[in-house]
Parts: sequence; C-alpha cells; structure tokens
Amino acid sequence: MTFSLFFQSLINGLNQGAIYALIALGYTMVYGIIRMINFAHGDFIMIGAYTLFYTIPMMIHAGMPAWISVFLAVVICAAVGVLVEVIAYKPVRRAGSMSALITALAMSLFLENLAMVLFGAKPHNVQKIFDLPSVNVLGVALPLNVILTIGIGVVMMACLQIFIKSTKIGKAMRAVPQDRDASILAGINVNKVITMTFAIGSALAAVAALMYCAKYPRVTNDMGSMMGLKAFIAAVLGGIGVIPGAMLGGILVGLIEIYVKLFAPGWYEAITYGILIVILLVKPSGILGKNVGEKV
Amino acid sequence: MTGTEGTMPVLRAQNLGIQFGGLKAVDSFNMEIGESELVGLIGPNGAGKTTVFNLITGVYKPTEGSFYLNGQSMNGKKTHQIVEAGIARTFQNIRLFKKMSVIDNVKAAMGAKLSYNLFHAVFRTPSYWKQEEELTKRAEELLQIVHLNGKEDYEAGNLPYGEQRRLEIARALATDMKLLLLDEPAAGMNPTETEELLEIINYIRDEFKISVLLIEHDMSLVMKICERISVLDFGTTIAAGTPEEIANHPKVIEAYLGKDDEEVEEDA
Amino acid sequence: MEKRFKVSYFLNFLGVLAVFFLFVMLFENNAFGRSTQYIKGISTTACYTIIMVASLNLVVGCMGEFSLGHAGFVSVGAYASAIVSNGLTGKGLPDIALFLVALLAGGIAAGLTGVLVGIPALRLRGDYLAIVTIAFAEIIRVLFCNLSITGGGKTMSGIIKLSNFYWSFWIMVVCITVMYMYVRSRFGRTVKAIREDYIAASASGINVTYYKVLTFTVAAFFAGIGGGVYAHYMTAMIPTNFNFMYSAELLSEVIIGGIGSITGSIIGASFLSSLPEMMRQFSQYRMLAYSVVLVLVMIFKPGGIFGAWEFSLIRVYERLTGRKGGWEKSRKKTEGGV
Repeated sequence: MTFSLFFQSLINGLNQGAIYALIALGYTMVYGIIRMINFAHGDFIMIGAYTLFYTIPMMIHAGMPAWISVFLAVVICAAVGVLVEVIAYKPVRRAGSMSALITALAMSLFLENLAMVLFGAKPHNVQKIFDLPSVNVLGVALPLNVILTIGIGVVMMACLQIFIKSTKIGKAMRAVPQDRDASILAGINVNKVITMTFAIGSALAAVAALMYCAKYPRVTNDMGSMMGLKAFIAAVLGGIGVIPGAMLGGILVGLIEIYVKLFAPGWYEAITYGILIVILLVKPSGILGKNVGEKV
Repeated sequence: MTGTEGTMPVLRAQNLGIQFGGLKAVDSFNMEIGESELVGLIGPNGAGKTTVFNLITGVYKPTEGSFYLNGQSMNGKKTHQIVEAGIARTFQNIRLFKKMSVIDNVKAAMGAKLSYNLFHAVFRTPSYWKQEEELTKRAEELLQIVHLNGKEDYEAGNLPYGEQRRLEIARALATDMKLLLLDEPAAGMNPTETEELLEIINYIRDEFKISVLLIEHDMSLVMKICERISVLDFGTTIAAGTPEEIANHPKVIEAYLGKDDEEVEEDA
Repeated sequence: MEKRFKVSYFLNFLGVLAVFFLFVMLFENNAFGRSTQYIKGISTTACYTIIMVASLNLVVGCMGEFSLGHAGFVSVGAYASAIVSNGLTGKGLPDIALFLVALLAGGIAAGLTGVLVGIPALRLRGDYLAIVTIAFAEIIRVLFCNLSITGGGKTMSGIIKLSNFYWSFWIMVVCITVMYMYVRSRFGRTVKAIREDYIAASASGINVTYYKVLTFTVAAFFAGIGGGVYAHYMTAMIPTNFNFMYSAELLSEVIIGGIGSITGSIIGASFLSSLPEMMRQFSQYRMLAYSVVLVLVMIFKPGGIFGAWEFSLIRVYERLTGRKGGWEKSRKKTEGGV
C-alpha cells in the first residue's frame, strides 16, 4: 500500500470517525444520564438534515449568513427531542428499560416514516454552507472540512465535560443515574434534568447533521437508523456514558471501517458489527468505561 | 471442627476466602458439617455470612481456599452444577418466581436429568404425562411439608411474607439436596410462625437426613435448634462451638454489643 | 392423560379443521369473485408471518428477552430452503415432499445459526442483548450479500412456488402446535423461571445458559421454516429484504399482539400482515401507523393487546356446558399439616 493511499485513508477515516463521534456524543450523553439507549437519536440527525435542507436556502435567500441556519436546526432538533421525550418516553420511564427500548424503537420508526410521508422517498440534497479548500499535505489532499469536523467535535466534547463536571445542573445530571429517588429527595427536579438532557442531546444531533451533510449532502428518510447504529457502536466501544469515550470510539470505528474497506469492500460492515459483539462480550463498559457488578 | 468422627463430612470448607479489591469479605473460613447436622452461622450485619453462602453455591469464585461436598471438590463449579451435586439455598431477600404459581415454583427446581426430553414434550407421549404427574405429586408433597398445601395455584407473589419464605424452602427441597443453606429464614416472622418454621426444619432434617447450615439473627431460634454455631465478624471466624459456649464467649458478646466503655479506655 | 386434556386437544383439532374447511369453501367457490386468488395469497402471507411472529414470541414472551435480529434467522431459512429445493427439483420427488424437505432444511439451518448466535449473545441481557442481535443479523445479511449461491447481493429468483395456501395453513398449524407444546411443558416452565429470576433459577439447579440457548434455537428453527414458506411464496428475494426494519416489524407484531400470547401472535400477525395489502393505497402510512400503535400500546398496555391471555376452546365449552372443574372422577384432596 502506498503512503499516499494510507494517508488518504487516514484522512477519510478521521473524517468519518469525527462524524460518528459527534453522533455518538448524543447517545452517550443520554445513556449516561437516563440509562436509556435512545434508538431515535439517529433519526434526530435526519430531522436536523432535513431542517438544514430547508433553512439554508431560506437564509441565503433572506440575505443572512448561511450558518444561522444551523442555529435554527439546533433549535428545531432540540424541540423535537423534548417533544418526543415528553410524549413518548416520559410515560414509560418507570416501566423498565425494555419498555423504554421498544418505545425508542417505535419513535425511530415513527420519525422515519413521518419523514417519508412528509418529504417523499426521493433523496434531497443539502446545500453546502461552507466550502473549505483542500490543503495539500505530503502529496495528499487534506480537506479542511475534516479538521473543522474534528475541531467541532473536540470543542463540543470539552464543553460538555466542563458543563457536566462544574455546573450545578451538570452535577444534577450526574446524580440522577446514580440514584433517582435520592436525587428527588435532594431537591433535584428529575423531570427537568431529563428533559434538558434530551434537549442537549438532540441539539448535538443537529450539529452532527451539519458536519454529516458537509461530507454527504444526500439526505434520505432512512439515513438515521444505520448511521445511528454505527455511531452507537462507537459509543459502546469507547465506553457508553463516558463523554471522551464517544470521541475515541467514533474515531476508532471510522478508521477501522475505512481501512477494512480497502481490503474487503464487501465485508467492512460485518467487521464493524463484529467489533460491537466482541466488545459487548469482553468488556461491555467499553474502553474508557468502568465495570459495575450485581449484588446477590 | 469435626462432625461425626470417621465418616466423610457432607461439607468441608478449607481456608475459604474471597477478596474484592482491597477488601477481604471472607477470610480463611473453615467448617465441617456431617450428615444430618444442623449448624448455625451468626454474626453482626455485614460480617460476610451471605458471602459464605455465595461462595459455597458458586455465585462467587473463591480467591483462596477450597470446599468439598462429600469429598468432591466444588471449586470453580457453576451454581447449577453445585446444586445438582447437592447444595441448595434460600435467599436473604426472597427470590421467588413471583408471577408463576406456587406449585410451578417447586416444579421448576426438580432436576432436569430425571425428566422427559424435548421429543416427549412435543409429542405428548405417555412418558410425558406420567412424569408430569409424578412431578405434580412430589411437588404437592413438598408443599404439604411446608404447610402450603391447598395453595398450589396461587400466584407466588401474592402469598403473605411468611408463606413466601416457606415456599422458598419447598423449592430448595425440590432439588433433592444433601446440604440445605437457609439464609435468615425467620426474618420478619412472628413467634408463632417461627415455631412453625422450627418444626419444619426439624422435620425435614429427620425425614430426609439432610444437613442444614443456617444463617439467623433470631437468637432464640439459633440457640434452640443448632447443634453447633460459628460466629463471623468482618469476614473472620471469631468463635465456634456449642450454643452454650458461644453464648458466653467474650468475643461474640463484643462483636454484637461492642466493647464496654471501661475496656475501651483500658486498651487506649 | 387427564380427561380434560383429551377433550381439549380434540376440541382444538375440530376447531382448526372447521377453520380450514371454511377457507376451502370460500376459496373453491370463488367467494370473493375476482379477488379470490389475491385474498388466497394474502392468507398465505398471513400463515408464514404467524409462524415468524409466534417463534419470536418464544423469545420475547417465554424467555423475556428482546431479539431485534429475528429477520436474520428468517433469511437463513429462506435461503437454505431455496437452495435445497433448487437442488432437489426434477429428481422425481412429489411437490409436497420437496416442500417439506426444503422447509426442514431451512429450519435446521436457521436452528444451527440460532445456536451459533445464541451461545455468545445470550450471555448478555436486556438492552445489550437486543443490540447484539441486530449486529448478528446484519452480519448474516452481509454474508448473504457476498455469497454467489445466494445471488451475491442481487435478487435470488426462480424459486419454485411451492407455498400454496392449503399446505401453508397446515404447516402453520403444526408449527404453532409444537411451539405451544414446548411452552406448556417443563421447558417452558424452566425458561419462565429464568425470566423471573435467573439467579434463583440457577440456585434451583437450572442450567440457565442451556435453556436460554435451547429456546433461542427452537425459535430460530421455526423462524427458518417461516422463511422457507416465504421464499417459496415470493419466489424471489434479496438480502436487504431481511434488514433491521423487518426485524423491528416482527417485534412490533409480537408486542402489539401480546407478549407471551400465541393467540395474540396469531391474530396480530394475520391482521397486521393482511391489513397493508387491503389498504394498498395507504401502504406508505403502514409503518407510520404501526409505530403509533406501538407507542400507544407501550404507554397504555405494555403487555400487548392480548397480554399473556390465550384463547381456549375448552374454556368456551366449559362455560357453555357449565362443566367447570368436573372432569376428574375424584381427586384426593390433601388436607391437614405434616
């Protein structure tokens, strides 16, 4: 394998990985606080993408800078996230994790099919809002988009970490998964915490949608589920519930996928899923996670 | 710590211990129980008594020592294998199959090796019907022993607390064990229920010739029924002997009641 | 055998026979005019969907775990049976024998896959098990996309159309019966105990891993048979048919019908599989409606519409003849204490 191929794949892998990482951040945050795998998270990204499809031309037409459309997408995604939480997840919150899983699955199906009904099955193309040049590094074209994506990911991750560790709400968010009843007794408004978690998680999805569309402008109604699943694998690999784990897992999954694609293009997906299986069997808490046993 | 001299003890635990990280939950636990012996295991809360149960039923893997059932090493065996070999238990926090019927709880524990296979089940052969009938009969007998006859079709979770505890005993009996581990069977029972429990334990010991290891906090029950007692505190055995010896043992009194203020000052 | 069971089995057999003759009459007399063949086709669809949904209910209802990869087993059965029937055709076997052999091959292949998947996967529980089943199903899909014998990612067509309604009906009846017998035996009892409390089950001498894998394998076996009927009805298929969406659909049908209720699976599957056909022009709203119904069910009736309730002909009979509890001649009532 030539060096330039290796390097090009590295860039591709990092780009892909950064996108996965951004998506994984949302998963891991929600799981870390509510102990629930939000199956519909990938579909929030789909919603973000469709929103961008409409808002970008709208902003450009109105003469405003294109990146304001991102704020719109963030707001809309957060709103959808909160709505989904209040309508569907909250009623089944106490019913056990299996009910939550199924409800999340149902919401995912609902959102995907709603999008199909509203927007049709034909793919839409999201307009690029920034077109960063490629820099020539070591004989290989390095699109600055990649750096931007990774940069945004790192910034998001750092912000989240600071938020969770230092602010009062952040502390509340850490208390809730430890002991929900004790949190209530300590005066924490658990409902508000959970709703806020979803809002933040969904807002992250909008940002992820932006970076996703920068690389893959084609938007369909089912883009959410498969991508969401792979990002979920990334979150688990890195350590679900651990914020830096999402970054680590995302980058790793992206790199592995791209490199395996070089050698066995028909099988690379199987490798990704294989990783998930192995991790869950060997160290379910992920690379950066901690093991918790069960008391008899 | 020997039981009947010369014969193989049913249970022999040798320097059994487990360490969780830096904490030694059980340290050098030694015990021998002979056939039909009733031994008590007491100690303050958190002393490691249930941990001992978990060790000898394969829930935890010992980090030191070993234990033998009728001479056969049980180290590293899985729980269901140990149960098949002959050790059964009840749980401190009652773990019944709540949504199943009382009789199904007992039937569930009746050994698979003695029962019909998939072919018979699917084709409902005469062998299936005969064995199901036998299972039902035996389960009814066991329920009668614990005074739950007549309640076979009740949902297990709907039984009052004391009856749930007795059902757990019936389920343990269904495994045909040689050693029965009872984890606080009298917890939450009033004196009448405790008397009934005492009768049941004595009955099954005499009738089935099984050995019993009993964790209990109810001292009256322990003193009345146990032939020997071991006392645990912070994972170590601080005393072992007959009920009379234990009752007057200074270390035991100290473990339960703490040191006298004067003695503390003397030590300082 | 207790008399009540004898009567019960007899009644059920009569009931099934009656339903069958009803269908025969309707179809042979063209009761639906020109749509008769069409409705016959939908009924066949319902038959294999019922098998698939009921088999998944073994895992969900009996064992209490969610499998989101059931489509994987269906696909193994579908492809294995298609390969076998293609291979054995023209060798002089009567059609029905060819069909049965192919189905059996599909079931066995799927069952073996069930063992392979079950042994590692069933070490996990809850959310993680559900995710791992998705992963395995996707790996199976990728596998089929890359093998030339299964069409190499393109449509595999030319499968002999062996699934007519009459055969499919009886195959479904047999499958359902066997699954029912499994659940109402010590196997079902053991698995339910594991579902209730696996630690207590272990402490009662139950080899939890063995029974979990066994139930999973039986479920996979029947999923494979369902897949076989599917393959020989559709006569063409592509690996992406059996994607996560299909697994999710099957799981939704189990939950909506009733977790642990074979009756619910039968009614739910027949209704939900025939509904979209009858509402062809609304097909894009189908999954939308599914998901809404699913959310509503989870909120208001988490056990599913039928819950764990089973329809019982003998109970109907008892109620009609007022004969409750009078079956045995005498039952020695055990009384008193020790």
